[in-house]
Amino acid sequence: MQTAKSQTFKDKTSKVMGINKEDALLTKSYIFVAFMALLLGGILGLVQGLNRAGLLELPSWVNYYQVLTAHGLILVVVLTAFFTIGYFYAGLSHTLGGLLPIVRKMAWIGFGLKIVGFVLAVIPIIMGDASVMYTFYPPMAAAPMFYIGLALIVVGVWMCAFGAFINVANWRKNHKGQHVPILAFFATGVFVLLFFGSLPVAIEVIVMIIPWSFGWVKTINVMVARTLFWAFGHTLVNIWYLTAVSAWYVIVPKIIGGKRWSDTLTRVVIIALVIMNITGGFHHQIVDPGISPSVKFMHVFMSLAIGFPSLMTAWAMFAIFERTARKQGGKGLIGWYKKMPWKDVRFLAPMIAMIAFIPAGAGGIAQSTNQLDQVVHNTMWIVGHFHLTLGMSVVMTFFGISYWLVPYISKRVLTPQINKLGVIQTWIWTVGMIFMSGSMHWVGLLGSPRRTSFTTYGDNATALSWSPYLMFLAVGGTLLIIGVILQVYAVINMMFFAPKGETEFPIAEVEENAAKTPYWTERWGLWIVIMLLVVAMAYVIPLTEFIVNAPPGSPPFKTW
Amino acid sequence: MKMHLDEKIWLTLSFGMIMIFMFITGYQAFAYDMEPPSNKEIIDPQKVDQIAPFNKPGITKIGEKEYEVVMTLQVFSFNPGNIEVPAGSTVHFTLTSKDVVHGFEVAETNLNTMVVPGHIQKITQKFDKAGTYLVLCNEYCGAGHQMMSTTITVK
Repeated sequence: MQTAKSQTFKDKTSKVMGINKEDALLTKSYIFVAFMALLLGGILGLVQGLNRAGLLELPSWVNYYQVLTAHGLILVVVLTAFFTIGYFYAGLSHTLGGLLPIVRKMAWIGFGLKIVGFVLAVIPIIMGDASVMYTFYPPMAAAPMFYIGLALIVVGVWMCAFGAFINVANWRKNHKGQHVPILAFFATGVFVLLFFGSLPVAIEVIVMIIPWSFGWVKTINVMVARTLFWAFGHTLVNIWYLTAVSAWYVIVPKIIGGKRWSDTLTRVVIIALVIMNITGGFHHQIVDPGISPSVKFMHVFMSLAIGFPSLMTAWAMFAIFERTARKQGGKGLIGWYKKMPWKDVRFLAPMIAMIAFIPAGAGGIAQSTNQLDQVVHNTMWIVGHFHLTLGMSVVMTFFGISYWLVPYISKRVLTPQINKLGVIQTWIWTVGMIFMSGSMHWVGLLGSPRRTSFTTYGDNATALSWSPYLMFLAVGGTLLIIGVILQVYAVINMMFFAPKGETEFPIAEVEENAAKTPYWTERWGLWIVIMLLVVAMAYVIPLTEFIVNAPPGSPPFKTW
Repeated sequence: MKMHLDEKIWLTLSFGMIMIFMFITGYQAFAYDMEPPSNKEIIDPQKVDQIAPFNKPGITKIGEKEYEVVMTLQVFSFNPGNIEVPAGSTVHFTLTSKDVVHGFEVAETNLNTMVVPGHIQKITQKFDKAGTYLVLCNEYCGAGHQMMSTTITVK
């Protein structure tokens, strides 16, 4: 009873006094690394975009595929993982009354493991011993150090996942019968997915690839490795998406001065995304040999099912906007949109991110179906798709978050100047992404392949007809690097130079007359069991088949 | 859980839309034989050259305007390359890789598949329009990936 009381007291103090110093330093370190990764990855991205359009010849000591591998790893793994963890740990600290000392320690160990892992992975890339892309499909084999680095990154992520579970479990023990605060609920979902989603790739890397790359095992089962990778790869993209969605449901309503949408619906969306996420990975393998069409079709179904909670989200968001705007005097069928705070970057960035998800999600639904995938598989269309989903919907939401999260953890404020810079940055980013992602989609439909350096295939007429579109890609990429520089400047400014002051952690309240959320939503044990059942449904048969009817394995190849 | 009428309508439409999508995809795949390429034969990836039919890669006429192409993919080439067929031909491709994972894409057609070592992939296309089609590898396979291409000439 005593602990429960002191716990609530701590809850209250942390809400009034802001984040404690230790928790702030933790998140600050994670966010700092995330934005440094953005800068580095962005520069590498520009180099590729210019080369691909035929505008830039790379010097002899650097290879296009080396740059591409680094670009992918830095943005797909480092930026997203560090931002997600930094953001949710600040959320856990704020909504659960501070991090437990043990949890903070675990997050720091995780931080160290990830950084060491990243350095170990980057050294062979720079040395030219790991130009294998972030998908590292065997039998292409990088230096063993690359895989050991990746494994350490995964273990570092697990430390943070378990830290979050311990903190949430502790809160629940002290608050029997209460609902976990919504942002901590989101964090639970994200870390459950991070842990279970990265299990397959950990098995791929640690059990299969590392012994093979050292030469202890002569050959590898290529299809099993590919399948384990995509069981993880597809989950990862949805983890970023779920992180962005948490800000849409919880943060954005507060910033526009409104209330949250139905608490029950929000939690149901989270549970649905967690249960259905890991399956569906075969939509990346629709044109692979060795998997029967019926299994592929089941995965198409599982992939499209994820669209449903997203459509629920789309409804909820626009309902919040309209309701809030009308309360503030907005009129007309669509005239209410004028009441939205368009000049507030904390709203503008996630708002455009959400709007971008309409074409991004539609494109995703189209390309996951068998016949349409066959048209665009491994073309630039796919690259356009994930730059629209990750580069716009997710990353722009992260940018929007940074304009209050960074001042919050630094005990500083968002100045009107930085807000204005943020608004300009948002528009530059938007235009840049429209150019880049738009031209990638289009040229991909025409057949231009992804992951290919500048080429005309010996002045082939078809390939030459793609050149004008690739030029737009370079224009977009150039705008984006300007966006990156402005964004990193804003973060550094808010972290170290902005005026001191208190910034609020904006969490919206539920409606006053809202119905009570049923307690079954808290049954995480049950959701995990259902999730594992769905995963088993999707993967047991094909994996068994690949292992039982396996061809003789492949030896390692270094083809670059 | 209290739900507004228009929210119910929206969710019903959303659900319906996804179901229709699934139905059309499934119907086309299984009723019209438009399944994605999913051949299940396997082969020893280190002995491709010694195993039929890949010991003799090439193009064979198997019927009236019908051809079979047995092709190996390796860094950074297609064997055989520069194929020629008359307009209106149906071509059945039988593909495998001798080293890493490759992609087999023919621009301006629906030919697009992964070619994975240890697995034999099959895919078919009817070429109605005359012209020179660009065949390219669309899965990163190494330093010369951007040069891995050939043509199919339809006369």
